Amino acid sequence: MEIDRVDGRTPNQLRPLACSRSILNRAHGSANWSQGETKVLAAVYGPKAGTKKNENPEKACIEVIWKPKTGQIGKPEKEYETILKRTLQSICLLTVNPNTTTSVIVQVVNDDGALLPCAINAACAALVDAGIPLKNLAVAICCCLTDSGYVILDPNKLEEQKMKAFVYLVFPNSILSVLPEGSSQIGGEPMEHGVITSVTHGVMSVDDYLHCLQRGRAASAKLSDFLRRNLQSHSPGDLSKAG
Amino acid sequence: MSNDLSSEMEVDAFRRLFPLRFHERHLQESIRPDARPLGKARDTSVALGAVASADGSALAKIGCTTMLAAIKMEVMTPTTESADEGCIAIDFHMPPICSPLVRPGRPAEAAPVISKQLSDTILSSGMINLKELSLVSGKAAWMAYLDIYCLDADGALFDAALLSAVAAFSHLQIPVVSLNDDGRVVVVSDEDGGKLEKEPVNKEKRKLKLSSIPFSLTCVLHKNYILADPTAEEESVMETILTVVLDSSFQLVSLYKPGGPVLAQTSVIQDCVALTRQRLKELQKILNEAVSDMEED
Repeated sequence: MEIDRVDGRTPNQLRPLACSRSILNRAHGSANWSQGETKVLAAVYGPKAGTKKNENPEKACIEVIWKPKTGQIGKPEKEYETILKRTLQSICLLTVNPNTTTSVIVQVVNDDGALLPCAINAACAALVDAGIPLKNLAVAICCCLTDSGYVILDPNKLEEQKMKAFVYLVFPNSILSVLPEGSSQIGGEPMEHGVITSVTHGVMSVDDYLHCLQRGRAASAKLSDFLRRNLQSHSPGDLSKAG
Repeated sequence: MSNDLSSEMEVDAFRRLFPLRFHERHLQESIRPDARPLGKARDTSVALGAVASADGSALAKIGCTTMLAAIKMEVMTPTTESADEGCIAIDFHMPPICSPLVRPGRPAEAAPVISKQLSDTILSSGMINLKELSLVSGKAAWMAYLDIYCLDADGALFDAALLSAVAAFSHLQIPVVSLNDDGRVVVVSDEDGGKLEKEPVNKEKRKLKLSSIPFSLTCVLHKNYILADPTAEEESVMETILTVVLDSSFQLVSLYKPGGPVLAQTSVIQDCVALTRQRLKELQKILNEAVSDMEED
């Protein structure tokens, strides 16, 4: 391989994933998601009655509170909150519980690169744990572009700082559907190839971006499988902590 | 098709009661409520030097969206890590005057997000070489405070804010400074500028060299339609927003899509980039005209 990564991974290799759910007693749903040393804890409370000001009461409202590891929240955290909120809004069925608010609290436990994708994955698992109706799951991935034009996936903090550019991408999880094959295609492409969220940092060519998109898609399939297996392995009938 | 009450009520009432259907009826005819075709941006204008007391300023208008940007330069001591670099601090303000959604006392949610996006875009695009803002290496450098005020928020806020920021930087005149007897950097005011015996530190470097200027276009995605440069109404009715920022050599500086019900397929992304390329040429022309108008005066 032409690039050496600090931790000896291949360019396409993700860090070890781990996800545990229902770890908080009082929260309606919670999840702990880690990618290598990056670790995020998410809790979901709700749906609670009423929506906040300036929100559409005909739909459910999602509120995201981002708690950094230390210190006050600043502009980057506000941006993360907005991106996370809009991403979650697009995967939730907002018309099932109109005029309610669901709070998602994201606590950063450790930041070792690819923080926002990790938080999106954690929030998504926590929403499932809370039983919030969702259209589909979302999987988030970080792609980095090196100076020499190579794409590496899921960078750690050291790699992230050295990179020319990086892209955060969120894709929908593939739906296991009873509908015939191909019915969920949009314009000749399968649904899970569509981008829910894209955030880029740094200058790159359009072709490099499309290349990142392609690699991100391939990796998101692996993440999707992990998420689905993890959700299924959870013991069914665990409803004791409802309310 | 037309059993949706549209034939039975006034247009304004229909627009209020069924905003989505109102827009979809337009989209079917490939037209928008303000008579624009889907891919066309609103009329754009840039006026330089709108704030006389600032070192650089510009007023940018895209349709009704109005942004006022002003730059103040201050001398600071650079940090030891970047001893020969200046610094740029960007802040975006949304006062209550700009939109009915912003209440006094409570800051608008969108403001810090746009502020962060702007500084990411301007700093990562490499438009400004921070070394040019250095005065005396390790001792003194310029701190550029760029403040952007939104006066009227009618959609595509980021586009207008970026345009006003870029225009303000191209209007920027760096004040003349010299070293005084204590070795401190002082600004030479116009009145005693001729009498000063000390040679100014930055006699030549009064203008910043702007390379690869970034320009952006925001699009709204709805079903298979791509609407360039949406108004506030279009943004609120159709929620999927995609912003592309390209620099003058067509490199991608940012592709920002925060969620939204419509998924962006590769072809959609390519279409948006193509629209941005066209828009970039328009904006370059508008900015160049504004700069040459300014130089004539």
